[in-house]
Amino acid sequence: MIDARLKAVSIVACAALFLVVLDLVRRRRLLERYALLWMGSALVLLVLASWTSLLGRVSEAIGIATPSNALFVAAFGFVLLLLLHFSIAVSRLTDQAKVLAQRVALLEERQHHAERGSAAAEARELVGERPRERA
Amino acid sequence: MNAENPYLAVIPAYNESATILSVVESLSGDTTGFDVLVVDDGSTDQTGRLALAAGARVLRHPFNLGIGGAVQSGFTYALENGYQRMVQVDADGQHVPGEIEKLSLAMDENPRVDMVCGSRFLTKTGYPAPISRRTGIHIFAFLLSRIVGQRVSDPTSGFRLYNRRGIALFARDYPHDYPEVEAVLMVHHHRLRMIEVPVRMLERGGGVSSIGSGKSAYYMIKVLLAIFVGLVRRRPIPEPGDDAPVTVTHGI
Repeated sequence: MIDARLKAVSIVACAALFLVVLDLVRRRRLLERYALLWMGSALVLLVLASWTSLLGRVSEAIGIATPSNALFVAAFGFVLLLLLHFSIAVSRLTDQAKVLAQRVALLEERQHHAERGSAAAEARELVGERPRERA
Repeated sequence: MNAENPYLAVIPAYNESATILSVVESLSGDTTGFDVLVVDDGSTDQTGRLALAAGARVLRHPFNLGIGGAVQSGFTYALENGYQRMVQVDADGQHVPGEIEKLSLAMDENPRVDMVCGSRFLTKTGYPAPISRRTGIHIFAFLLSRIVGQRVSDPTSGFRLYNRRGIALFARDYPHDYPEVEAVLMVHHHRLRMIEVPVRMLERGGGVSSIGSGKSAYYMIKVLLAIFVGLVRRRPIPEPGDDAPVTVTHGI
């Protein structure tokens, strides 16, 4: 059986986490895409913490002697999942930043050339030459 | 855009102000017949300005992307400006401009080859490298030769000449951190052809190698991981019509 104090603390903590994430989404500080996993974790933990007999059955099914440990295992699993999720997100952002930096560099070079080319064309017009193709 | 000259030399440079001027000057003019592009990879010194003053075209990254990103910018530039061949030259003066001709000749003689690599180990060129680094290179060489079924003696050499097919492949996808070894694998996976020719290389003229001694172990492990992951990757890069590897709208 899970201790009553531990049960109360777990329920309050999970509910608080859920509400904080919801509030972050409401204030547009957190994208829904990233909030879903957080809210899913909080909900599952909330259910496990408040539904004592379910927690007992789960811990028996996977061979954990103390039901409170099953709660910890579930929480730890969600933490790992979230971390992996963020590593994937960071990798994607790294790739996107790379592509953007490369495009910026290429565009700057093109603009630099265009400006030099038009300056040269103006100079040629002044001396009455016909414009030529860029070398 | 650059129809007059189909050849491009790409020099990736990160804080190489000590050597960049002499490297650009030794490559430009009529000495090699290559247009010179310096990719200034977010340098905090004068590298980009010096290269521009020396007459090179310069791509300036807003921040440091690492060697893979820098070289890939060169591939993209070559692709979009219609260059038929691109040679990669190190900014530290390690690669001898006169040796580019050997790479070009090898490509002329083997028109079906897409990548020509300059190798330090095909002949006794007396390349001055510490024994630890040479050991690492030989381990990669052994593994890669087994995987691609062709002798690869110097898989970490960055002194390489690419044709249009090679340029197009690597403009689409080029490895991030230590790209040379993985690039050999990609060439193999995409059924392009590569050969090696013996070249002479010098000691570094200045600056700091991208591979410090402390990073060597990390380098080895990272590239080994890349090799083995590359073996089980179903398709190395997305073909037209596949999901893009980089998108904004991916879900969880």
